[in-house]
Amino acid sequence: MNDVLSRLLGPGEPEVSCEVCFEELDRYVELELAGADAEAAVPGMAAHLRGCPACSEEHASLTALLIDGSTS
Amino acid sequence: MSPTRACDVLPGMTVPAPIVQPFDWVATLRTGGPAGDRALAELHALLLRAARFEALRRRASLPWIGVAELDDLVLQAADDALVAVLSRLDSFRGASRFTTWAYKFAIYSAAVTLRRRAWRDREVSLAPELWDVVADRGGSPLQQVEDGELRTALRCGIEALTAHQRDVLVAVALEQVPIDVLAERLGTTRGALYKTLHDARRKLRAQLADQGLLEVTR
Repeated sequence: MNDVLSRLLGPGEPEVSCEVCFEELDRYVELELAGADAEAAVPGMAAHLRGCPACSEEHASLTALLIDGSTS
Repeated sequence: MSPTRACDVLPGMTVPAPIVQPFDWVATLRTGGPAGDRALAELHALLLRAARFEALRRRASLPWIGVAELDDLVLQAADDALVAVLSRLDSFRGASRFTTWAYKFAIYSAAVTLRRRAWRDREVSLAPELWDVVADRGGSPLQQVEDGELRTALRCGIEALTAHQRDVLVAVALEQVPIDVLAERLGTTRGALYKTLHDARRKLRAQLADQGLLEVTR
């Protein structure tokens, strides 16, 4: 699917809301960085991150910040 | 046999690391006094670092903003994040480190502030003519027919949405207006707009599925 179609149609799977995404983001990112099954802990998070550009950017930033903090 | 004293280290014995109690941010911030003030200052410094980190990641999208203004926006974002963290201390469950929990407020605050600043002088069109959303993949005649059908179905599907759903879908998905920017202009929240976007997408998918075209999009 091309990018425009992806943005128009979204993930097409059950997903959490933006509010739940924010509530769980810190736990989710720490689980991901620990190599744990973050999606099992927060079902629907991965789909939301594919569907919501703003939440996805913040997820990427928090991940990068933690990695930066652990390497600097 | 004499008992082994705590300071005895036998050959081959691994000395355990001293147990360091994690700093209790919530309790210390609530304590007040000099310790609370120090914790508050340290928390603000952490939030400022996170906000600055976010600003650096977004610097390329804000080339016309000077260093002084960017510093002001970063400080504002850190201040807003500090207020948000302090007002929600009770909701910290310890599911992550406190610093990770606090960082997300600063990342969010800085991201929203900078997205809005980037779009401050830009018009948000809610009715663009962007119907050619399926690029010509230049494939076989059959694929070109499928693409044409998909374009038509998408156009009909979008037109069948409610006016609000259509506005939100077109702005976010086609115009790529940041959802926070759109929320601010429509006087609503990110969460409410995303719900609208989700409903619009579901209807559009259902319409394509009814016509047997959902497989074509994969």
